[in-house]
Amino acid sequence: MALRPESFGALVYHFGTRRLSFLKTSRLVEVVTGLERHPDVHAAIEAAGVEEAQRPAYLRALSGLAANGTIEKRHAEGGRR
Amino acid sequence: MKLVEHFQHGLNSPICLTWELTYACNLACVHCLSSSGRRDPRELSTAEAKGVVDELQKMQVFYVNIGGGEPTVRPDFWELLDYSIDHDVGVKFSTNGIKLNKERATQLARTDYVDVQVSLDGATADVNDHVRGPGSYATAMRALENLAEAGFGRPKISVVMTRQNVDQLDEFKAIADKFGAQLRITRLRPSGRGADVWDELHPTAAQQRQLYDWLVARGEDVLTGDSFFHLSAYGEALPGLNLCGAGRVVCLIDPIGDVYACPFAIHEQFLAGNVRSSGGFQEVWQHSELFLDLRRPQTGGACQSCQHYDSCQGGCMAAKFFTGLPLDGPDPECVRGFGELALAARNGAVPPPKSDVDHSRSAPRNTRGPVPVTIGMGRPDRACETSPIAGFGASANDSGLFSPAR
Repeated sequence: MALRPESFGALVYHFGTRRLSFLKTSRLVEVVTGLERHPDVHAAIEAAGVEEAQRPAYLRALSGLAANGTIEKRHAEGGRR
Repeated sequence: MKLVEHFQHGLNSPICLTWELTYACNLACVHCLSSSGRRDPRELSTAEAKGVVDELQKMQVFYVNIGGGEPTVRPDFWELLDYSIDHDVGVKFSTNGIKLNKERATQLARTDYVDVQVSLDGATADVNDHVRGPGSYATAMRALENLAEAGFGRPKISVVMTRQNVDQLDEFKAIADKFGAQLRITRLRPSGRGADVWDELHPTAAQQRQLYDWLVARGEDVLTGDSFFHLSAYGEALPGLNLCGAGRVVCLIDPIGDVYACPFAIHEQFLAGNVRSSGGFQEVWQHSELFLDLRRPQTGGACQSCQHYDSCQGGCMAAKFFTGLPLDGPDPECVRGFGELALAARNGAVPPPKSDVDHSRSAPRNTRGPVPVTIGMGRPDRACETSPIAGFGASANDSGLFSPAR
């Protein structure tokens, strides 16, 4: 997976699935890049400073990315990567 | 700001870059968008082409759409394919199938990050060969058979929609299903030799409606290169950006390194620079006067007051330009018929602009005249293609945080 910063956030491309997605806020970019440093999605969301009211939208965005294979469940620890 | 507005202002790097590797082609399709046929002696060398790949990798252009001409007739095609993939620039290439024998099909089946698109402009040999030349249907079928036999995962069958094949949409879909391929249909543009046959081949108004209805009903798994966005004014927007991406998210690198705003706009007026110039492709993409101009807000001109302007954005720049219509007016295939009125009003007074880049085997050689070359490093900079945005799957206008594209 590769991220390309753009004015709106970032383009994210998965070379395996050949899926191109748009991360439409820079905060979402922070969340996605933080996934591998944090035990689970909630920790990554909190670390990026997402407001509580926004949490459901961010969870939806992450599940969209997971559904198209751009991010996937981390097997060993049970979190997401 | 909505995502689509960011796109209008341009991105750091293109999303959809078409790179035509050669003007040489074994065929002479009557509607060839790049008037291909003969190789241009100024074609980028293998080393120069690898330099372009390096630059695309640095700019994080994740994949390129390779075309031509017939790209596979370049002897270094397979070398460049591997080089590109090894440098994180995935390749989708278009071919008429001439070189896709069993051996190459097997090689491709083993290669990751490569997509193959076989061109076919008729679901039957007579319709196809009328446009693409004798034997071309058989060549395409053989290539598709070889790919299927080798287990290549989901090639694409790429069809330019014409007056003669709109009725064959279901048959095209059946052919795609038979070969385990995905159907891709795109719009005929009056670009290159397409200008000579556009009047005769572009779908009638009734056929455009038919095409739109078919896409809405059966287009779920059909790619369009976002090339029918002018039809969105019929009602329901078709999947995609619904925006002319020329110079904003799309551009073309031609075989001699010239960078144009879009694959359908090979004309001096849309030439932004050359990858051989000192700043390379990145400089052209980010700073050329032409591209900066295309990224400024457009007014909509004569279309501004139309209730459908938001859906069609005035249509395709190249289609207007090469039919001699003003760029800020309606598309020649405007679904409300304003394009036809505008075409009728031209009255033959001024002939539509014609590209001086012509490599047709029937054309006089070296039509642009000699190019001065300085001795030493590099070449001189020269005074200045839905494509199209390939298959964006979801609406880019939604207010969500994330948009999938495909």
